[in-house]
Amino acid sequence: MRYLPHTDVDVQQMLDKIGVSNIDELFSGVPEDCRLKRPLDLPAAKSESEVLLSLRKLAEQNATTSQWDSFLGGGAYNHFIPSVIDQLISRSEFYTAYTPYQPEISQGTLQAIFEFQTLICQLTGMDVANASMYDGASACAEAVLLTVRAGKKRNKVLLSNALPPQYRETVTSYCRYLNVELIDIPLNSGTTDQDKLIELLDDQVAAVVVGYPNYFGLVEDIAAIAEHTHAHGARLVTAVPEPLALALFKSPGELGADVVVGEGQSFGVPLSFGGPGIGFFAVRKKDMRVLPGRLVGETLDQDGQRGFVLTLATREQHIRREKATSNICSNQGLCILMVSIYLALHGKQGLRQLAEVNYAKSAYAREKISQLDGFDVTFSGESFNEFVVTCQEPVAELKKRLEQQHILAGISLGRDYSELENGLLICVTEQNSREQIDRFVKVLAGGDAR
Amino acid sequence: MDFPEEYKYTEDHEWVLVEEDVATIGITDFAQDQLGDIVFVELPEVGDTLEVGASFGVVESVKAVSDVYAPISGEVVEVNEALPDDPETLNNSPYEEGWMIKVKVADLSVVNELMDVAAYQEFTEKD
Amino acid sequence: MNTTSRGLVLDEDLLFEKSQPGRIGYSIAELDVPQVFPEGHFTRGEIADFPELSEVDVVRHYTRLSTWNYGVDSGFYPLGSCTMKYNPKVNEVAARFPGFSDIHPQTPEALNQGALKLMYCLQRDLEEVSGFPAMTLQPAAGAQGEFAGMLMIHAWHEANGQKRNKVIIPDTAHGTNPASAALCGYEVITVASDGVLSKEAVAAVMDDDVAALMVTNPNTLGLFEADIREICELVHERGGLVYADGANLNALMGISRPGDLGIDVMHFNLHKTFSTPHGGGGPGSGPVGVAEKLRPYLPVPVVVKDGDDYKLDYNLPDSIGRLKSFYGHFAILVRAYSYILSMGGEGLRRATELAVLNANYIRARLEGSYDLPNKQRSLHEVVFSEDALENDCHTLDVAKRLIDYGYHPPTIYFPLVVHGSLMIEPTETESKQAVDEFCDALLAIAEEAKVTPELLKQAPVRSKVKRLDEATAARKPKLRWGQD
Repeated sequence: MRYLPHTDVDVQQMLDKIGVSNIDELFSGVPEDCRLKRPLDLPAAKSESEVLLSLRKLAEQNATTSQWDSFLGGGAYNHFIPSVIDQLISRSEFYTAYTPYQPEISQGTLQAIFEFQTLICQLTGMDVANASMYDGASACAEAVLLTVRAGKKRNKVLLSNALPPQYRETVTSYCRYLNVELIDIPLNSGTTDQDKLIELLDDQVAAVVVGYPNYFGLVEDIAAIAEHTHAHGARLVTAVPEPLALALFKSPGELGADVVVGEGQSFGVPLSFGGPGIGFFAVRKKDMRVLPGRLVGETLDQDGQRGFVLTLATREQHIRREKATSNICSNQGLCILMVSIYLALHGKQGLRQLAEVNYAKSAYAREKISQLDGFDVTFSGESFNEFVVTCQEPVAELKKRLEQQHILAGISLGRDYSELENGLLICVTEQNSREQIDRFVKVLAGGDAR
Repeated sequence: MDFPEEYKYTEDHEWVLVEEDVATIGITDFAQDQLGDIVFVELPEVGDTLEVGASFGVVESVKAVSDVYAPISGEVVEVNEALPDDPETLNNSPYEEGWMIKVKVADLSVVNELMDVAAYQEFTEKD
Repeated sequence: MNTTSRGLVLDEDLLFEKSQPGRIGYSIAELDVPQVFPEGHFTRGEIADFPELSEVDVVRHYTRLSTWNYGVDSGFYPLGSCTMKYNPKVNEVAARFPGFSDIHPQTPEALNQGALKLMYCLQRDLEEVSGFPAMTLQPAAGAQGEFAGMLMIHAWHEANGQKRNKVIIPDTAHGTNPASAALCGYEVITVASDGVLSKEAVAAVMDDDVAALMVTNPNTLGLFEADIREICELVHERGGLVYADGANLNALMGISRPGDLGIDVMHFNLHKTFSTPHGGGGPGSGPVGVAEKLRPYLPVPVVVKDGDDYKLDYNLPDSIGRLKSFYGHFAILVRAYSYILSMGGEGLRRATELAVLNANYIRARLEGSYDLPNKQRSLHEVVFSEDALENDCHTLDVAKRLIDYGYHPPTIYFPLVVHGSLMIEPTETESKQAVDEFCDALLAIAEEAKVTPELLKQAPVRSKVKRLDEATAARKPKLRWGQD
């Protein structure tokens, strides 16, 4: 096997040195009744070309965003990925390294994380960001746990119904056996109902959690929600599933959020059937020591040179064990690089310009669809990339009809929102040309695109 | 290692100095040496009530965390406000500038149950 | 012997320091729809201090950063409990097939049959390796797998009308074990082990309040828990379940299957045993195998086969719910599946055998020069203590000196039960020659500790930076650029 370098001579010399006569003896610590008495029932080893062939066959059975016209979003976004990113993250000094526990030979990873933390702070308008979480949904769950930990005896958390459903489900799983009461805040025209929020708030509430933009692409009134939340001494958590919006709309930090979490996949991370993504997590300085996850800090070496180290590690599981701020042990190291390289390439101007393009494209599609018979744009108000359409035609049938024309129409909202049974969540990004959008509109209206 | 004569000591490596009915509490030279460079200190607030054996604060080094336990019961009347900003004081001057809290002692007889310097020295050698 | 030599190590400023106003590194197609803007009071101003760089700036920046790192491709990386084996390149190529990388998670199932089939087949293969009848691929990493497993255990007890509030964990466990148990609301009972866990030690703390025992097998000393069957029986008799941390599965493939031993649930670390890259900290992947009785509690959705079709099944009324968006770290699953295809059943067993051979060979070569606290036959890793080191040299000094010899140090100061642990896991992908050179370096360092201890104390001197001031970093945290 090409990954196994031992020759027969090597093996014999090593056995001699150890003082055993065969490899089996090395397993004498495994009792007989714990042994597997047969070979593993797995296929025989394949050659590299055979492996590639069989995997390619599987890959070819999937509908890709390059071959289909995709209007799917809902927490995973089809954005262009500059070639530079894959070239750089393919440097194996990055991807074959472990967590940077030995700083002297991990400065590349450490400086990259320090820069990532800075970029996330700049984007969110917050003071401190960690070295990333698994994804937006689990970051949102960890944010809830942070607010309960920091909120002393408070144990209620109000979750906006306009948070992405997968975020709400993840928060629910994380809180399943903890003493946390999760309460839904209902919708009002697609956004968090502020009157209901005011009714629900009391001094037992640790946090209010809202999406920004929310699941329907709508831009919530974070400033007003923050004011209500803070009036009761609770923390406002904003979850950002599409962070490109932060290049165009005011940052949650500027609007008063206490914790900002989100999904960084939009920034250069391939869709890959939904994973890996990358969760980001930012807080105000006051919550620095209750943050979950890894943190990198700047310091000096013995010669006074600048260098970076993992720091404030006493919060973490490998030191504090059951009292740790989280059980998380990894971070999304390689995805940090993708995001950072993406942001560095786009920079101050490019990110804004790209956000404006996305805004204009989805506004164009929304406007065109709103003019069609049988389709209504469900919610008004500022939105980014995504919008909801109420269809006269049953959504399942409509989607099938569009699939015939190689169009992935959007996400049916009926399963997660009974009141939106005819709702279709449509996403438009810079990857959708005007031609594509026009064809989409034509097919929606009953035409043939071919 | 330095252990002042007039102080009392606990098995959790705190020292206590009682003057009238107020006890000053900190961690010993042994404790700071075991922890290494101390980087963070968390103290209670003035007015908090301490129970014997309950944790009243936290001391952290780069790679270790240690709770600090109340050797006596009573009310916190003063905390060393300078300590959180300069945690290294606990390394440099554990018995003087590195004092942590002052407590108004509820029951002075408890103090007599703590170790004297000889007993503590023996304890650290065993530990 | 492996040595380091002089190289051109370039300094590199931070992105923000290199930034030049007006410089760009992107290209965006001209807008082909009418330009519109949101209302002004919603929009933000410029992002202050956000970088402005050309494509060349960015490429040089990250290329330079990469040269300050050390990866498995750079050299031997014997981190104990991390299984730093070679990351095959074919896996990287396969994960980048557009049919895997450019598929949206909300695409209708009928249009993603290849992806679902891959997940289904990987589940079956992992079931065969581990002996568990059911599997979820959703957990993002080992720690999330532990959390999923403990949630399922909690749900099972609850369904049986049991309120149990404690979990037993040996003192050799990874920190994630107690942290994951606590996240499920459990109180942690730590049990001391004498190298391996004894039935008596478990019996002494096992009662009707204990929901589960969490074990790592082989444990973090590299020792197989020989009483595991009896321990499982004991825990089951008292109504508890047994969780296994699969971090060390690389010692068992084809030799022993945790699911056959009475264990009820176990997580895998695909980034350890199944060769997916560690990525400088992640993304990992932590599938979880469960016994039949826990199948109803698996996270949703689960991948199932229905006739010739592969589907995502959300209809599990007793499920613990979801732990993250979508279905797991799919791009990592592709790599792990590619690895299994390349290795085959026999190859996986051979990998385990050679990993154990390498570890025992290192043990044989170093025993005598380094103190070995546990003398039992160990498997894929070996743990020395610092007790034989002279002149007040410590494990940290040995680790740092290894850097000067061109190696990544082993895991140090873990497990906690060994004084100054030096925990070495070579994996099967290191040749005898590589292992010999590493042993030569460690033997030379033990000699240096006797004769020239200052070489250890000052080390490393050949790395990009020398020892860093971690105390100041923690006392006055500076966690981002541009703010003091």
